[in-house]
Amino acid sequence: MDWDAIALSARLALVTLVALLPLAIGMAYWLATTACRWKPWIEGLLALPLVLPPTVIGYYLLVAVGGHSPLGQWFESVAGYTLAFSFSGLVLASVLFNVPFAVQPIQRAFEATPQEVREAAQCCGLTFWQAFRKIELPLAWPGILSASVMTFAHTLGEFGVVLMVGGNIPGETKTVAISIYDKTQSFEHASAGAMSLLLLVISLVTIAVSYGFVERLMKWRRVG
Amino acid sequence: MSLWLDLRHDGPPLDFRTEIPEGKITALVGPSGSGKTSILRAIAGLLRLDRAEIRLGSEVWDGAGIHLATRERPIGLVPQHYGLFPHLTVIGNVEAALNHLAPADRRVRATDCIALAHVDGLESRYPRDLSGGQRQRVALARAIARGPRLLLLDEPFSAVDRSTRKRLYLELRRLHEELRTTILLVTHDLDEAAQLASHLCLLRNGRLLQSGPTSEVLTTPCCEQAARLLDIPNVFHSMAEAGPSGRTMLLRWGPHTLRTASKALPPEGTTQGWAILPTNVLLSRKDKPWGSHLENPVPAVVEEVTELGAEAVVWMRPEGLPDQRLHMRLPTRAVRRDGLLVGAEVTVCLRAADIVLLQANDGAES
Repeated sequence: MDWDAIALSARLALVTLVALLPLAIGMAYWLATTACRWKPWIEGLLALPLVLPPTVIGYYLLVAVGGHSPLGQWFESVAGYTLAFSFSGLVLASVLFNVPFAVQPIQRAFEATPQEVREAAQCCGLTFWQAFRKIELPLAWPGILSASVMTFAHTLGEFGVVLMVGGNIPGETKTVAISIYDKTQSFEHASAGAMSLLLLVISLVTIAVSYGFVERLMKWRRVG
Repeated sequence: MSLWLDLRHDGPPLDFRTEIPEGKITALVGPSGSGKTSILRAIAGLLRLDRAEIRLGSEVWDGAGIHLATRERPIGLVPQHYGLFPHLTVIGNVEAALNHLAPADRRVRATDCIALAHVDGLESRYPRDLSGGQRQRVALARAIARGPRLLLLDEPFSAVDRSTRKRLYLELRRLHEELRTTILLVTHDLDEAAQLASHLCLLRNGRLLQSGPTSEVLTTPCCEQAARLLDIPNVFHSMAEAGPSGRTMLLRWGPHTLRTASKALPPEGTTQGWAILPTNVLLSRKDKPWGSHLENPVPAVVEEVTELGAEAVVWMRPEGLPDQRLHMRLPTRAVRRDGLLVGAEVTVCLRAADIVLLQANDGAES
């Protein structure tokens, strides 16, 4: 077992979740409530990671954050190290390719809130933020939970984008998925098998538990 | 302070101008798509119109560059499906409207409103555990919690069964007696409007057809569209002329000449629309002698009799008018007593005071 890789993957998944969740909630709420004519295009753009090969996303990210790009140069001047092939670069990549996994469940949850409930909150004298905190967020909670689980599990298992942007630096960018690939290449089947099984169990348990929990929550919330 | 409304919009079309009297229950009645809910939502500030002027007394809510946010309007809203917050208990729902109070005061005020709406004892229940009638009462308790000066009810009884609805009518009337708040009720149910509202606004295609005291609007439609909305089937057109004394209008209805109570004298050869309520078509009983009290007698043949419980609907063909049918409503026992069968020849009387003359231009406000 490559415990360093497992710990790195867990850290990456947590940091990604913390960084992405507030952004995803904001984007999802906007998408659920806007009448903007560009909405289909914006939704399409956000859903691209679902259909594009990870290597394509990884390639564009590498170009965008590499040492020759303005963003890469700016980051290097501020942080003192390059964004590509670093943990920070990995977080940025991870946040971007997880956008649809985080935004879509939350958007569906916000869309499921009846307009009458939203308007009743306004008629109760609540400000936007009061209504968001007291009404919108608690009602969208099942979607937020789903999004968190999907993001976490997906980050743990992501391979292509991570390899393209982060490479294979032990303790810095070598995640559990890359470690499994390494072990398989070097015929360490026992270790690769154990880590694969661990990923499989973690993914299955988290998704099954969250699905069950979300279903119960939805049933409980339903009015009549 | 009455509520003044001047609302204009292109899509969906709205051209509505009226004054809602203070402290009364006013019903906005019209078919689906007539703009009732849009008007309610505009008043609540939930819908922006092309042009809106909304004033409560001297307080401007909309117009003159002002658009007061919904939360700043002293309103309470009961939406059609109540809009209860499903994750909050009954008391939580009511307290949500009391954010401006200190937490301790919120509980006291919420408990008072819950008692006023007759849902005390259900404070810790969630909306999913309540019946339709209970949810409606909770929504009402939440709507009155902030002490609104205007209560907006959007088809609030449409989702409950008939017996619950009757009970809720009484409770709304009782609540109104206690609070004396101005209430604007949106409904497509005329009976509901007649039972609850003291003032009525008839709407069609976003336009006000008629408004006024309920009893007046229900019995004297201003135009043909209003008569149709009020479900008055007896709408006819006749040539109008001045009576022999030159002081009242006469209607030539086929071979019959009907006197009216109208003092307005039409120009020669004018076609005049008129209506009479089915309950105002009076049957002349055979056992009573003809007399001068019988106004505008019209012989007719009964074509159809349908008994609907205690009331019967009778369709008859007036003599000399093969393409006209007169609709009459009377108690079932009267139908049986007078032997009103299909084919029976009867005489009905259309009293001059009951003949309602309709304006040619639809949409005039009375």
